[in-house]
Amino acid sequence: MKKLSVVLAVSALFLAAASTTYATPEEDQAALKGFFMKKFKDVEESAYGDGAYVFREDAYEQFKEIEADFPPYEDQVAEGEEMWNTAFANGKTYKDCLGEVDTVRAQYPKYDEENDTILTLEGQINACRTENGEKPLKWKKGPIAALSGYIADQAEGQKIDVKIPNEKAQKWYEKGKNFFYAKRGQLNMSCADCHVAYAGNRIRAEILSPAFGQVTHFPTYRAKWGQLGTLHRRYGGCNQQVRAKDFKAQSDEFKALEYFHTATSNGLEWTGPAFRK
Amino acid sequence: MRKLFRMLTLSASVVTLTAIAGMSASHAADEAKVSEEALAKGKEITFDRSKGNCLACHMITGGELPGNIGPPLIAMKARFPDRAVLREQIYDARIKNPMTIMIPFGPHQVISEEEIDLVTDYIHTL
Repeated sequence: MKKLSVVLAVSALFLAAASTTYATPEEDQAALKGFFMKKFKDVEESAYGDGAYVFREDAYEQFKEIEADFPPYEDQVAEGEEMWNTAFANGKTYKDCLGEVDTVRAQYPKYDEENDTILTLEGQINACRTENGEKPLKWKKGPIAALSGYIADQAEGQKIDVKIPNEKAQKWYEKGKNFFYAKRGQLNMSCADCHVAYAGNRIRAEILSPAFGQVTHFPTYRAKWGQLGTLHRRYGGCNQQVRAKDFKAQSDEFKALEYFHTATSNGLEWTGPAFRK
Repeated sequence: MRKLFRMLTLSASVVTLTAIAGMSASHAADEAKVSEEALAKGKEITFDRSKGNCLACHMITGGELPGNIGPPLIAMKARFPDRAVLREQIYDARIKNPMTIMIPFGPHQVISEEEIDLVTDYIHTL
């Protein structure tokens, strides 16, 4: 009997060594969320969609006023609405590809089993265009951000719920997770260095935003840009800042990052578009 | 015999004392060698956003809107009596703290060896 249990224990060890065991996305999120909840006891979980503002009361008040009184992205959202309602040359519309407008935002990022890739909102917008004989839009700003902004606006109140349905999807998730935690660039910084370990601290006068909730408000209107920009535009900016190899918008690297990054905010509300300094 | 021994001890002490005096004199000379001009250069590199950019994370007297990721750069001589230790910290902070967020200025050649020396001399005066 004793012998049997030893044999069982040894074979269990071999099995564990042979298959890679990943933390589940739920475990990853619990760890990340737990870190912030423990460090910033005064910040409500649901507030994390508002980014760095949650760490500074005066800036938070200003942010709320901007959002309530004169959101600077309204014109672009209206432009996006017009795009949505305008038929392509062949008479089809975005709705024919993407479905009802208020159901679109929350579907992405999504694992596409057939092509073993990650579908993103912006990727689907351009796929719809090319399928209907239209030219694809540029990825980072302008019309694509306007349309994605309108679509995000229509999803207000819906919650992020990224699913990792199988092992191949998990590989994409792991690729994104590795990107997020790996040191990169000449300045040798990971996303997590600034946006987990030192979130809430100041880099010069800027408060570092928390990774938890970071994706909720995209496309975002940054004062620095003076217009809406997509999530992958922001990723590119971060990479340049640490002097890392810059990946293209909608590259596999950024799609994987978006997949992981969005999954870590599961349960928070989509709030895009929103203003950021 | 005893006399010889005493003489030997005495002369040994004199040699030691002279050596100590000499060492501290040369140490003082090292400090004195850092010219105003070199310190000004070091300060420039320290504050330059594309070079040291130290204010991004550290409070430094005379620098506006410093970050608070790293400790304030004050009382540096008390904290780093040995200049070489300070230089190593600037060159690669990972040696002392593998979890650091600080940029490995030396190994990643963010600034040159000469610039690291200039920055070290300036930071040591803070």
